[in-house]
Amino acid sequence: MKVLVTVKEVAEVEEDFELDGLHVAEQFLEYDLNEWDEYAVEEAVQLAEEDDDVEVVSVTIGPERSEETIRMALAKGVDRAIRVWDDALEDVDLLDVGAKTRLLSAVVEAEEPDFVLTGVQANDDSFGATGVSLASAIDFEWAAVVNDLELEGDVANVRRELEGGVEELTEVDLPAVLSIQTGINEPRYASLRGIRQAQSKEIKPMSLSDLGLDASAVESDLELTDMYEPETESDAVYFEGDAGEQAAELATVLREKGVGAQ
Amino acid sequence: MSDVLAITEHRRGELRDVSFELVTAGSDLASQSGGDLHLAVIGGDVDAFAEELALDGVDTIHTVAEGDEFNHDVYVQAVTALYEELDPTYVLMGNTVNGLDYAPAVAEQLDLPLVTDAVGLENEGALTVTREMYASKVESTVEVDAGTAAVTIRPGEWDVTEAAGEPAVEAFDVEIDDSRVRSRVTGFEEVGSGDVDIADADVLVSVGRGIEEEENIELVQELADALDATLSSSRPIVDNGWLPKDRQVGQSGKVVTPKVYLAIGISGAVQHVAGMKGAENIIAINTDPDAPIFDIADYGIVGDLFDVVPELIEQFE
Repeated sequence: MKVLVTVKEVAEVEEDFELDGLHVAEQFLEYDLNEWDEYAVEEAVQLAEEDDDVEVVSVTIGPERSEETIRMALAKGVDRAIRVWDDALEDVDLLDVGAKTRLLSAVVEAEEPDFVLTGVQANDDSFGATGVSLASAIDFEWAAVVNDLELEGDVANVRRELEGGVEELTEVDLPAVLSIQTGINEPRYASLRGIRQAQSKEIKPMSLSDLGLDASAVESDLELTDMYEPETESDAVYFEGDAGEQAAELATVLREKGVGAQ
Repeated sequence: MSDVLAITEHRRGELRDVSFELVTAGSDLASQSGGDLHLAVIGGDVDAFAEELALDGVDTIHTVAEGDEFNHDVYVQAVTALYEELDPTYVLMGNTVNGLDYAPAVAEQLDLPLVTDAVGLENEGALTVTREMYASKVESTVEVDAGTAAVTIRPGEWDVTEAAGEPAVEAFDVEIDDSRVRSRVTGFEEVGSGDVDIADADVLVSVGRGIEEEENIELVQELADALDATLSSSRPIVDNGWLPKDRQVGQSGKVVTPKVYLAIGISGAVQHVAGMKGAENIIAINTDPDAPIFDIADYGIVGDLFDVVPELIEQFE
């Protein structure tokens, strides 16, 4: 069985930052593997550990910089990686769900996985839609926001985490795309041995033409037109001073509200 | 003229709030261009739902009597069939767990551009959608150039429509292709509660990512004990296994309305706020003065919890 797991390098914005046109200025960004994808990678690696016959391949859409992040997934047990990038992607402000779907569909066509795992969403642009869109495009079944997974023959038994502490139990026919929720497992830390091994694992670059696509594949009907810091709406009463003074003032307010009064 | 088709949502026999928010967002969007708002109700007791949804701004309610509960394969087939019948300009859906389980497939199959998690919609010639990025630190606007789009709206961002209206109600027949229904919902389970129900607490001390290490949980437990309060948390603490799932406040955890909610090292992500904004007094302690938690806080301390919390414990000893 071949498991394809989609991973994304995402930028986190520092507490204080500045905008540069339609982007956060580069010096205020810190890159890391998307949090949800950590759990998807772990789930895929656990499947491979249960069964010798499972190969785990990761796919990323990202520039050369993202190889460092991809290596982390390889160090945790992913067998090999594919990195999709192209000059045509350099100038794209907003790679929308449709474009990502076209790129990943082409990768699925080339790799023919039996099973695809994605994260529920990426914590930079938070579209939360690529997994289900991909499933539809490649004619796989799917389930979104999965926090428990058991494979049983041709079926995946999953729990979907609904709102309000309710879980939905669902049978999903394979092949399928599952979007994985945080908390489904405990992502491992890469071992030193894993990190060493990752250095010799393959990260295969693929361009649009390698995927049988042209620049029209990354064209989008969505245009990013503005970016700004939301106005803070805080009308909180702030307690000033050192920690002792802040705590004393807060204690007074808490007592007024009846807190701690036995 | 832009017609809008909005897809309502229900679970276990009840319409979800987002359905009534979709009416508000949908009728605003339709009226900006003199178009009609069509609502769809798929599955469950559609006639009873249609009565509840007979609201101001709705022109037609289309009922699709297929199945009891949400099934994404049925929803995708029903919504694509409705789209082809009604030819609306925009399809609105909820940015909920179930919304994200069918909306992307609807957009993919109809070849519509998809914008998820909208917090604002403007239709001035082209549709402009406001969204948040980077964990709510940045807002952006996205313009849709295609003249048509599928959009999911964030729950809680639009008011619910309550005023009654007189929409037409029409049953819509869809030939569901069962060979395309390849998933089956077999049940629901409530996340087990232990001996503590955080929804019953008058005072909650709630801890988030800022606590950094599992061993530091002890510090906030000590504070909770000193204040005679109950300990709860945001999602990352539960994901890490540092507190059990029944302590989680937020969209996927519990909704709480205590008298006092003390948020410690919680940034205030939208999913968390959805679970605690109804608290009577919200107090936030956070190192980041721009953390969104301060937007809804009544009292704030910008400072390091590892300095403030021990001092606070001392105040109550």
